[in-house]
Amino acid sequence: MRIALFTTCVADTLFPGAGIATVELLERLGHQVSFPRAQTCCGQMHLNSGYEAHALNIARSFVEVFDDAEIDAVVAPSGSCVAMVRDQYPGLVARAGDLRLQAAVARLVPRTFELSEFLVNELGIVDVGAYYPHRVTYHPTCHSLRLLRVGDAPLRLLRAVRALTLIALDDAQGCCGFGGTFAVKNADVSTAMLADKMRAIQATGAEVCTAVDSSCLMHIGGGLRRERAGVRVVHLAEILASTEAA
Amino acid sequence: MRNEFAEAARHEVANSQLRANIRNATHTIRAKREEAVAEVPDWEQLREAGRRIKERTMRNLDRHLEQLERSVTAAGGVVHWATEAADANRIVGDLIVGAGAREAVKVKSLATDEIGLNRALAARGIEARETDLAELIVQLGEDRPSHILVPAIHRNRGEIRELFRRTLPGNEQLTDDPAELAEAARRFLREKFLSAKVGVSGANFAVAETGTICILESEGNGRMCTTLPEVLITVMGIEKVLPRFADLEVMLQLLPRSSTAERMNPYTSLWTGVTPEDGPREFHLVLLDGGRTKVLGDADGRAALHCIRCSACLNVCPVYERTGGHAYESTYPGPIGAILTPQLTGFTQGNSLPWASSLCGACYEVCPVKIDIPSILIHLRSRINREVDGYGGGGERLAMGLLARAFARPGRYERAQRFGRWLSRPLTREGWISRRLPGALGRWTDVRDLPAPSAETFREWWAQRR
Amino acid sequence: MSSRELILGRVRAALADVADDEPASWIYDRDADEHSRYARAGSRDPEALAALFADRCGEYRATVTRAERAGLGPAIAAACARHGASSLVVPTDLPEAWRAPGVEWREDHPSLDVHALSGFDGALTGCAVAIALTGTIVLDAGEAQGRRALTLLPDLHICVIGEEQIVEGVPEAFERLAPAARSGRPLTFISGPSATSDIELKRVEGVHGPRRLEIVIAG
Repeated sequence: MRIALFTTCVADTLFPGAGIATVELLERLGHQVSFPRAQTCCGQMHLNSGYEAHALNIARSFVEVFDDAEIDAVVAPSGSCVAMVRDQYPGLVARAGDLRLQAAVARLVPRTFELSEFLVNELGIVDVGAYYPHRVTYHPTCHSLRLLRVGDAPLRLLRAVRALTLIALDDAQGCCGFGGTFAVKNADVSTAMLADKMRAIQATGAEVCTAVDSSCLMHIGGGLRRERAGVRVVHLAEILASTEAA
Repeated sequence: MRNEFAEAARHEVANSQLRANIRNATHTIRAKREEAVAEVPDWEQLREAGRRIKERTMRNLDRHLEQLERSVTAAGGVVHWATEAADANRIVGDLIVGAGAREAVKVKSLATDEIGLNRALAARGIEARETDLAELIVQLGEDRPSHILVPAIHRNRGEIRELFRRTLPGNEQLTDDPAELAEAARRFLREKFLSAKVGVSGANFAVAETGTICILESEGNGRMCTTLPEVLITVMGIEKVLPRFADLEVMLQLLPRSSTAERMNPYTSLWTGVTPEDGPREFHLVLLDGGRTKVLGDADGRAALHCIRCSACLNVCPVYERTGGHAYESTYPGPIGAILTPQLTGFTQGNSLPWASSLCGACYEVCPVKIDIPSILIHLRSRINREVDGYGGGGERLAMGLLARAFARPGRYERAQRFGRWLSRPLTREGWISRRLPGALGRWTDVRDLPAPSAETFREWWAQRR
Repeated sequence: MSSRELILGRVRAALADVADDEPASWIYDRDADEHSRYARAGSRDPEALAALFADRCGEYRATVTRAERAGLGPAIAAACARHGASSLVVPTDLPEAWRAPGVEWREDHPSLDVHALSGFDGALTGCAVAIALTGTIVLDAGEAQGRRALTLLPDLHICVIGEEQIVEGVPEAFERLAPAARSGRPLTFISGPSATSDIELKRVEGVHGPRRLEIVIAG
């Protein structure tokens, strides 16, 4: 398959490991991965912060980059950014009344996937041949869970990883409190949510907390580091890309 | 603009007893709701039916209201129209005085709480006695409701015992057993029910086709208030109308399971105008606008009017769970309040509420009429920014503008990445910034480390590799 | 301009985006789309319905017993005995066969005042329809039911349900209740005794309505 990687601005700038792992994994599975260099961001932060006009401009650039007949699928290591494209773009461009843009979004929506759902539902792969000798707990991020409905795809992938011990997270579906600018605008509430999430993670005794979104991991990881909790955050793609040889 | 919610929430979040009470209560009811919903095989079809009924109704609201008026009038009722809270309060007060009464028994109603009816009546020397147990607790304690279904959710049994001992005569020996507390309320209210001349209620639904009003309740106080007095006054928001009697078969399956997690609530009463020899001799229906037409005017925010007041969104909301209802400073707290309050008030109140959400989507998932609350929150954030004020101040607007410019051109974006890396380098250890930063970022770094721009971005890695 | 005209005018102005000829209600095309095609009828046989209904009522802590129609008198007497009830208020059209010996009967005619009604140990009525899935009985002020206050003020409500009155789900009940609603009769849905969960969400049975509910299924 010809796959265009949307690495997301967060992974590109702050956590390149998630993007690199996605490339290595998809290539190992025999797919052709491209990285359209003109890509930047999906516009989610702008839309969710109340800057719809900016978000529309960013969405326009995104569509220009990825609306390409030579691409079979657009894959991103992020549930949230994919949900922006699939859930929010149609309404956003419809409100703008640009018919050409609407048609392009309609083409793009069914071809845009979060990594774990792409592997399990589109490629039909559960065992990607990974090896990861660690105790791991999985946090289902809100947008992958409720907007994309990835279901147990990430868990199925993790269960098939050799040497990995998967430990269930208590109250797993509770939000970590990130929510973009919510974390600073409503810092007290966000902090209370994060504290509960970190308590649940530490109670598992896991060495690693994983998820499909770098942004939520940035929030949880930032909190865990500050508390010197001894638990690392690692993006799911990086676990799936790990092999015994590496 | 001030972030009123964050200021109020700071105080509530710090109250660990309150947080524990609300966490216990919401987690209990969450689990029960899930069970009650799981045993309904056609739940998703019912939700979709509920959504469509409400959507279709709103889109033709004028016709349904006119039909409701005709039906109620034909059944012997009198319909009044109230544009604003003050109109409704005046109409109700005049009706009570006209009936020769100085007091009325009330069944829990959000609409009358919204318009401040009790206070307005008190100003005319009329006592409005709340009869729902939780509303009674709130009223006796001169407190504010904190939940739309369980208004005293923030009070524990010990506090309620002290309140009853102090305010209800003859209860000095009362224990904190909930059954005994309920018995005390029963004794106190019984005589009021039997002697009341006027009853005041809200409405869960009103059927345009037949003129039938419907209320759901548990304790029997609703039946008392709508059956025993000579005069019954119902105050309802204009969005509560349903076109057809058969629409109720959908709503009565959705509401109890979403609300109290019961298959059916103990009592549901439906009445149509007046019935000879059975119930009140006079029935008045007050149709309240109170800002609802403002909500209706926004095609992207209109669905907030679909709400059937079940409170499932409050019970699953991670924000409500940490703050409780008072921080919302509105009759309607929680996610539904966050989209309803600013719209109902024409953006004069509650403008910080659309930001009081991490957009986790749990509310949308449980909403029995499928209101896409997260999308409306996002829509209102843009509306408030655009029409009311640059929320977050000039600094945020400037930063968002600069970022948007950077995201619009890959060249600019890459320069911004390099600039950010240069700027953060002195602060970065092992890829993270651990020290506390000034300004808005400080609210992040107070409790969390911040990731620094990577020494090598993904795109730099990619360029090297090819 | 009157408040009425003002509000209707505001509504119309707010709905400028809606075409005038759009269908006004949804229920007409209820079955047109699978996404919203909810179940409108169940498939259980009468025996299974009665069992399900009894089971669901039991969960609300109503007492459910079953009796042959010929044996209703003794069944009702037994229900009274369980609660030590010796005086019952009843609607004027109560079937003679329901009047068990050893109980003081009083018809609600002419209409008793509320204090008098409150003084009875219990009320005995029939019902219009019963819903098995939710354990609900519905009164529509029709045959053998009397007015609403009758079943509200006494602390015990004994309700006799004919097996043929039990339907499976809520939509079937609404179909049966539509004529009563259209003729303006009041409806009361009762699912167990009165209850509250207002204190720490702990359920307490019996607040203002009858604290005890006895259901006799006649078959």
